[in-house]
Parts: sequence; structure tokens; C-alpha cells
Amino acid sequence: MNMAVGSQGGFQPGKSLRRAWFILITVVLCLWVLLPIYLLFSNAFSTSSGVSAFPKGIVPPFSTESVGFFFRYSGVGKAFWSSIQVAVLTMIMSILIGAPAGYSLSRFDFRGKNLFRILILMTRAFPLPLLALPMAVMFIRVGLDDTILGLALVHTTLALPFAVLITYSLFSGIPIELEEAAWTLGCNRIQAFRKVIFPLVLPGITASAIFAFVISWNEVFAAAVLTIEHRTLPAFILQSLGVAPLHLKFAGGAVLVLPALIFIFLVRKYLFAMWGIANR
Amino acid sequence: MAEIRIKQVAKSFGKFQALDSIDLTIADQEFMVLLGASGCGKTTLLRIVAGLETATTGEVWIGDKRVDRLSPKDRNIAMVFQNYAVFPHLTVFENIAFGLRMAKIDNNEIEKRVKRTAELMHIEQLLQRYSGQLSGGQRQRVAVARALAMEPEVILMDEPLSNLDALLRMEMRAELKSILAESNTTTIYVTHDQVEAMSMADRISIMNQGKIVQAANPTEVYRNPAARFVGSFIGNPPMNFLPATRAANGRWSVAGSEIDGPTSDESTLEFAIRPEDLTVGDGPLSATVKVVEPLGPHILASCLVAGELFRVILENGSNVQSGDTLKIKPIADRIRWFHPENQLAV
Repeated sequence: MNMAVGSQGGFQPGKSLRRAWFILITVVLCLWVLLPIYLLFSNAFSTSSGVSAFPKGIVPPFSTESVGFFFRYSGVGKAFWSSIQVAVLTMIMSILIGAPAGYSLSRFDFRGKNLFRILILMTRAFPLPLLALPMAVMFIRVGLDDTILGLALVHTTLALPFAVLITYSLFSGIPIELEEAAWTLGCNRIQAFRKVIFPLVLPGITASAIFAFVISWNEVFAAAVLTIEHRTLPAFILQSLGVAPLHLKFAGGAVLVLPALIFIFLVRKYLFAMWGIANR
Repeated sequence: MAEIRIKQVAKSFGKFQALDSIDLTIADQEFMVLLGASGCGKTTLLRIVAGLETATTGEVWIGDKRVDRLSPKDRNIAMVFQNYAVFPHLTVFENIAFGLRMAKIDNNEIEKRVKRTAELMHIEQLLQRYSGQLSGGQRQRVAVARALAMEPEVILMDEPLSNLDALLRMEMRAELKSILAESNTTTIYVTHDQVEAMSMADRISIMNQGKIVQAANPTEVYRNPAARFVGSFIGNPPMNFLPATRAANGRWSVAGSEIDGPTSDESTLEFAIRPEDLTVGDGPLSATVKVVEPLGPHILASCLVAGELFRVILENGSNVQSGDTLKIKPIADRIRWFHPENQLAV
């Protein structure tokens, strides 16, 4: 009787249990991402006394006082601009170098291919201080010290292994026959890449570019060691706000997070626009 | 005019010899099937003609142009791939138009040609869809349409039907055959399916271990296999083989009976006969029936003759049972003989 009623009402115990799990996990994941962001921003846009108040109200007192102060604080604007320049440069260089390397790894056979792949990963095995100090010396010799380009080069070496390996798996996921079909239909290698492979890997390339951007944006050690005048934002915040009051730290944190959020928001369509590469 | 001439083409991958000095001429507008088991080199040969693989040595000519150093786009060919290779980011229309756009043909003409080939392949209602929204059979049609729209001199097909289910495959087989017959192109079609080869080809090239064993029309290949391999590969069930020893000039002893055969100085030969070329009742061979399989149109009996597996096709309604002994007579002009060492027809 119970069963009959249940099935009439479209009630299926297994399905609703799975649904409950789905909702629970979704909620936990959302909280995982949103809660820190909420705390960061609510404290950044709060009054200085509101930050340390306890318990907090649901709607914290709104004030742009901390953020305003932070932006007026001398050097922030410049550091922010340096950060963007370095991150964009890192992004461009790691894709320009990484994507062709990933393509070659997936499409060509050459001697030492496996060794090369391991070596790419090995670059991540060196602790950054080990790389940064000799680099600082070298940069001073060639005049790259304390420049945007110099720091972007270091960040590129950090982002490059990921760029190579991500693009390698992207290209490997695209059947070679698609390229061959393009060749038989009148394309040379470059045209086939541009008209067939590139549109298919664009979402993945974008994701890998964002990754490079974020690696550079968050990197603080090399930035602190290699720059003095052209400090990036994280290095600047580390240097200037280490002993600053809590509400200014929150303001700095918010400013640090915001560009990455906006950036990912702008390119989200490429991240989701996978065309369903069903042709395997 | 697009006669294809393949001259002494060889290909090795490292130590592995994939193709061993292939000589083959395919006439203008001919439908040539390359048939063989997987790994026999048929796809490699096709890819060399396409320009997707370079031959280690040898020449490939299409018409009066030597093409083996040209890139695929300069060979005036179109290719249909086993997995269709329909571009997933383009609509069906743009897929078919792809090669035409590369050739810088003007838009009106492109539209006309795409419409025409789409109608030919019965996919005109799918032109705005993407590959992900198509079934396997529809993708297959798009791939063929894309090749036909190029109006190439040569169409190369690499197992184009092997990913389709059996019924669809039979349907497409007939359709492809009639479309290609009307298209004035020279076709090279690679398959491992002998039924496909027999039903579609003007000529079949049977390949084994990197060599062409026989290139002839389907009937000839079936009736007069040039080598033992062809007899055992073509035909389902394949040919029966029995060892023969020389009894007298032109007389050979097969399974204890004497049969007329070729005059040869060899002391042994191999006797071969197709399972349907036998009459049952009174004959020199005695066969012990092991398994009887009613197949519908006829009955297949697997027997032992002098300890060798020997298949006989019986008419429907015969009440042969496992364990019976049959007296079998081979139809004299259907018997074939093969050399025991080089395995060629005698």
C-alpha cells in the first residue's frame, strides 16, 4: 500500500536520497568558496571598529574607509599596475612557449621525449629560493633586475610546466584525424591548426592562461626578492601591511582577490563552452 | 583523367617493413578495394597515396603528376576517415563547405555545391546541426559529403563503414557504390571486410604482410585465387585444402584417392576446393561429419577428410547428422592446386 502510494506520487527513495546528497555537496562547495570571500569583503568594507567587533551582525556596517585609505596609501596603485603587467606578460609568455611545446609533445615522436616530460616536472622540484637568488645575481648582470620583464620571466618559469602539461593533454585529446582531414581539404599545417585545432583547444588554452595569470598574481617570494621599485601587489602588501591594523589587511586582501575574480568571470564562457568533443 | 600509379613503394617503420615494393596501377574512375587483415599495410598504402605518410622509397603518380613529395592539399584528393573526423566546432554546412572555402570558391557556388552534395547524401535537413547532435550514420554521411563536395579526382576511403552497425553498413554499401559510380572519381577503398570488398569493387587488391598477393576483379579473386592465402582469406567459409602427392603424370593422390590434376614435376601439391563446389552422394573423398550448422539458405557441415578439417555446403532439407560418413565428389573444373612452398597457384 505504502509502495503503491509512493510510486503514484512519483516518489523514489533512491533518487531523492541522491538528490539530497547532491544539494548538500553543492551547498558545502558553495560555502567553501563563498564564505571566505564574504568575510574578506564584508570586513574590507566595514568600519575599522566593525572588523574586530564580536558578535557580528548579519549586515555589517558599511564603510569604504579602509579600502579608501588603502588605495590612497602611497605605492598601492603603482604596485597594482605592476602586478597586472607582470601577470599579463607571464600569461602571454607561458602560452606562447607552453602551447607549442605541448603540441609537439602530443603530435611528434622525438628522442628523449619521455625524459623531456619528466624534466618539465623537475623544474617544479627546485625550491623557489634556490632559483630566485642566483637569478637575482644574473638579472643584475644583464640589467633585468627590478624590471617587469625580469619578474615575468621568473613567473613564466613557474607557470610554464603547467602550461606545457595542460596543453599537451588538450592536444592529445583531439584526434589526429581532424587535423589530417583538414590537410586533405586544402590546409597546410598552420592553417589546419588555426581553423580546426585552435578553436577546439581555445577553452582549455584560456583555462591554462588564467592559471598562469593566477600563479603570477599570487607569487610573492620572487617578487619580493627581485624587485624594489616595481613591487607587485602581494610583495608590496607583504612589505607594507605586515604590521598594519587588521582592517587594512582585509582591504589589501580584498583588492588582491578581486582582479582574479573579475578575470575568471570575464572568461567563464570559454571555460564552460566545451563543444562536446564527441568525435573520438 | 586520374589514373593512379604506385611504383615500387616501400615503407618501413624502424625495423618493421610495413610495405614491400608495391606496384599497382588503378585506372581512371576505377573502384579499387585494398583488402587484407589488420596490419597487412593496406591503410599505410592508402595514407601514402593521401600524403599523410611518406614512402621510404618509390613513386606515386596521380594522372601525369608525380605526387609523392607533395603535401596532401596539392594532390587533388579527398579522404574519408574511419572515425569520420567531422569537425565538432562547425555545423554540417560548414564542414561540407570547409574544403571549398579553403579553395577560395565564391559563396554562391559553395552554397550550391553544399546543397547538392547534402541532397545526394540525404542530410539536407541536418545542415545547421553540429557533429555532437548527429548519429554515427549521419556523421558518416557528412564525411562522405565533405569529400564529394570537393569534386576531387581521387577519393580515398579508410574503412569508412566499419564503425556502423550491420544493417546500416549494408545500406550505405549500396548507396556509396552507386554514388561513387556516378561521380567520375577514382576510388581507393580500404577494408578488412571481404563482403564489402566483393560487393563494391571493380577490382580487389588482396594484401598480406606488406605485399599485394593478387589484384583482380571480385569473381576472378574468388574463383581463381592466385595464392593459397587468397583462397583462405576470401570466401566464408574459406576454401578447403588437402595435401596431395604425385601418383603419376597428371594424377595426384588426395586423401587416398587419385584425382586428375596438373602435370608437374613436384612431388607434392596442395589440393583446394570451395565448400560449395562439391557434390555429395558418390565420390572419391570420404568425409566424417563432425558438426552440422543449418544457416537458413543452406546447411554447413564441418567434416574431417583424412584428419583435415573440410567444410561442405549442403542443400536445405538434407538430413545429414553428426557422425555420418559422406562420399564427396569435387566438381572437376573448380579444383585449384597450390605449390607447397611458394603457395602460389599451379
